[in-house]
Amino acid sequence: MSIKISETLTFECETGNYHTFCPISCVAWLYQKIEDSFFLVVGTKTCGYFLQNALGVMIFAEPRYAMAELEEGDISAQLNDYQELKRLCVRIKKDRNPSVIIWIGTCTTEIIKMDLEGMAPELEAEIQVPIVVARANGLDYAFTQGEDTVLAAMAHRCPECKVRAGEEQEIQSESPQKFSFTPLGEATEKIKSTTKSRNTKPLVLFGSLPATVASQLGSELKSQSISVSGWLPAQRYTDSPTLGDGVYVCGVNPFLSRTATTLMRRRKCKLIGAPFPIGPDGTRAWIERICSVLGIETQGLKEREQKIWENLKNYLDLIRGKSVFFMGDNLLEISLARFLIRCGMIVYEIGIPYMDKRYQAAELAFLQTTCEEMCVPMPRIVEKPDNYNQIQRMRELQPDLAITGMAHANPLEARGINTKWSVEFTFAQIHGFINAKDVLELVTRPLRRNNNLENLGWTDLVREGN
Amino acid sequence: MKLAYWMYAGPAHIGTLRVASSFRNVHAIMHAPLGDDYFNVMRSMLERERDFTPVTASVVDRHVLARGSQEKVVDNMARKDKQEHPDLIVLTPTCTSSILQEDLQNFVDRASTISDSDVILADVNHYRVNELQAADRTLEQVVRYYIEKARRQGNLNLSLTDKPSVNIIGIFTLGFHNQHDCRELKRLLQDLGIETNQVIPEGGFVDQLHQLPKAWFNLVPYRETGLMTAMYLEEEFGMSYVSTTPMGIVDTANCIRQIQERLNAWAPVLLNKKINYESYIDEQTRFVSQAAWFSRSIDCQNLTGKKAVVFGDATHAASITKILACEMGIRVSCAGTYCKHDGEWFKEQVQNFCDEILITDDHTEVGDMIARAEPSAIFGTQMERHIGKRLDIPCGVISSPVHIQNFTLGYRPFLGYEGTNQIADLVYNSFTLGMEDHLLEIFGGHDTKEVITKSLSTDMDLTWNSDSQSELSKIPGFVRGRVKRNTEKFARQNGIAEITIEIMYAAKEASKA
Repeated sequence: MSIKISETLTFECETGNYHTFCPISCVAWLYQKIEDSFFLVVGTKTCGYFLQNALGVMIFAEPRYAMAELEEGDISAQLNDYQELKRLCVRIKKDRNPSVIIWIGTCTTEIIKMDLEGMAPELEAEIQVPIVVARANGLDYAFTQGEDTVLAAMAHRCPECKVRAGEEQEIQSESPQKFSFTPLGEATEKIKSTTKSRNTKPLVLFGSLPATVASQLGSELKSQSISVSGWLPAQRYTDSPTLGDGVYVCGVNPFLSRTATTLMRRRKCKLIGAPFPIGPDGTRAWIERICSVLGIETQGLKEREQKIWENLKNYLDLIRGKSVFFMGDNLLEISLARFLIRCGMIVYEIGIPYMDKRYQAAELAFLQTTCEEMCVPMPRIVEKPDNYNQIQRMRELQPDLAITGMAHANPLEARGINTKWSVEFTFAQIHGFINAKDVLELVTRPLRRNNNLENLGWTDLVREGN
Repeated sequence: MKLAYWMYAGPAHIGTLRVASSFRNVHAIMHAPLGDDYFNVMRSMLERERDFTPVTASVVDRHVLARGSQEKVVDNMARKDKQEHPDLIVLTPTCTSSILQEDLQNFVDRASTISDSDVILADVNHYRVNELQAADRTLEQVVRYYIEKARRQGNLNLSLTDKPSVNIIGIFTLGFHNQHDCRELKRLLQDLGIETNQVIPEGGFVDQLHQLPKAWFNLVPYRETGLMTAMYLEEEFGMSYVSTTPMGIVDTANCIRQIQERLNAWAPVLLNKKINYESYIDEQTRFVSQAAWFSRSIDCQNLTGKKAVVFGDATHAASITKILACEMGIRVSCAGTYCKHDGEWFKEQVQNFCDEILITDDHTEVGDMIARAEPSAIFGTQMERHIGKRLDIPCGVISSPVHIQNFTLGYRPFLGYEGTNQIADLVYNSFTLGMEDHLLEIFGGHDTKEVITKSLSTDMDLTWNSDSQSELSKIPGFVRGRVKRNTEKFARQNGIAEITIEIMYAAKEASKA
């Protein structure tokens, strides 16, 4: 690799022949996050087989999700969609009594043009359980974008809130009827007035995070005198945040561009475009950005970041100067790459399924300044990568670490290339100052494993000619 | 529509991919949306494959939906041909492409004119067949394609090998202990003086398939995959086949006797002698395999009359049922399979060896059956293992679907004489060990677990008062569930809402009567 620093980030687009999870996998973490929900995936055996295998042991824990498995009669319209869905949803209501049923549309419902959005309000009125429709299908989306479609759909259903400038907030109940397709209505109630904090502007964060991580981020903001008025999604569907004109929103994950668009355009919220709170650098930039938009001066952030970096020293020693290659499958790649560059790594390539340059603008700019400050070449960003080509490039570059899906991990390991399974970053706790350690724990695991096995002489484990 | 969150057999394309990727140098291209290549993950993780799984997707996205695949599929096939020079490219339809109804055969025809590889379209319908049926069909289709190709080119060699030889048909990737079974079969056949002509599809080359007719006969160890191919070869070349699964001592002997019969069709002419394996069977049964001796030993005596439930694919569930009933004296309360398409065969196999037969692919039905039967041990798939965990009943895994722990590094065949040893171990270890069992009964158990409330039935209209609860907790863990259920059943029958110690005793008395 040449040491020459390219001036700007380069974007490429390949064939899109890459491996990733189907976006319906989002039910795995969302059903756990939203405690009173039930996810019904309307699809075929293929979808079910994927969920069953990808989610492993969760299947056996009586999960709050199920397949509405389409059979030949459904495809050829011999059976009535509405009646079929009604039968299943009535049973779900009886067995589980959820506060919301979320229908996940799949490739098949797209192709046969099953009108889920049309049927939902009718059925909702009939069975008296809210039904949210999200089209998380493999025709349009990759992996984590599934969450994006669900949250975007839920954003429509959050209660309306009107803010008068400088005054207390008041929720206006748009609809007295509890189960209606209009936003989830709550009785007129006042949001707890946040007298202690200086910001009076309501701030709603969007992105599904484990409860502990969400409260960690909340307390980081609190120490800057910002109180978070709600999360999308909340722990319970019935606690969905109020949204509306004058509400500030900020994303915590890089794959939420549809949700961001919906919040801005349909709910008239103000989007705070910030880098994402992944790594101490990202977390600080994220907080700073929020503070500056809300007109608050930050306090002690620089020291806080510095302290975190000091605690990471052992990890940093392991990875400094090492190179990494992102094959790309979950859209966290830009943020992770930026953090790893700050840690002293060299990133050869950032593969990414889909790149929203507007939603990720702040993150991309941050990546660029990070590269400049660390004096490393700008990585190439490859949208819709081609895994075959990537493997050829990797053969040439011989990176110290490949961050990749499981389909390629073992074959690459057998060829002496260290890998880290990318899906783990989706399920691990990686946000905020506190969890920076967990990211590096993941990244360094293969390297630490190598230190243990170093002198055994069996890194290349395939026969010649393969 | 069907409400489901677990299935025993996967979708059709998985079967096709399993067969295609088991052959060497065969590439499968799926006509599928993004994310449907999960097969690669399974193969890479479960089989711990060192090589890249030769499966790629020709991605169906919005554009394809709007305008059709146009050049995309053909381009993908041509590109793969250039990149990896496979012998064969199998275009694999999925549930999505089934509905799109694009003319995939046309793509295949176009691709075959421009690529050096052979190209075929897997002939499977997602909505009609499952993983196992699709695998069976695809294997037959590939074999047929290459036999016909060889016939056209005139290089079909129909002369038999000098020595007795066999094709083993149906060993493939992600199959339950298939690799170990294959090794054991080869060893067994070698003992019998039979050469292995070819093993397909695992590790086979498609350009060798025209050599299949050289073998004296075919061996199909598993019912699910390979029978169609064997029947095709019989029809086409008069090759006979043996489809008795050599699992357990009795059936291994049966299988060997059938092999003997097949060989003796040719042996007098080609070898100038008749083949007789009886002394080999006797020696193996009585002294080499330990299973026959085990079933006589006092350990196995303790298993007599214990109840077991068996569930799995047709091959394994039928064989294990017969082994438990005939070779170990265990009472099989229920034997079942999820291979509904093969239900008749299954019934015929097990009807004299179990109290009840269950043919279903609905796991809740299986769970309810197990809860009802209250066996001492379950032999099933990973799903039954989890049902067993909830009901506190031990489970030995005997069939797919399986998890990574069933892809053992150590040698664990289920077939042949070594297989009988492995199965004996599995069965024995699954039951509570005999002496331990007695001690627990005499000393009132050694665990202090709280009262279990785990059960698959959801009707909880009964209450236990505190005395009866503490009494229940004194009952040893492994029978507590049963006592609890019996008591509740008794209470319900007699219209009693609150369970006291007296009711418990009454229930016990009633059940003794």
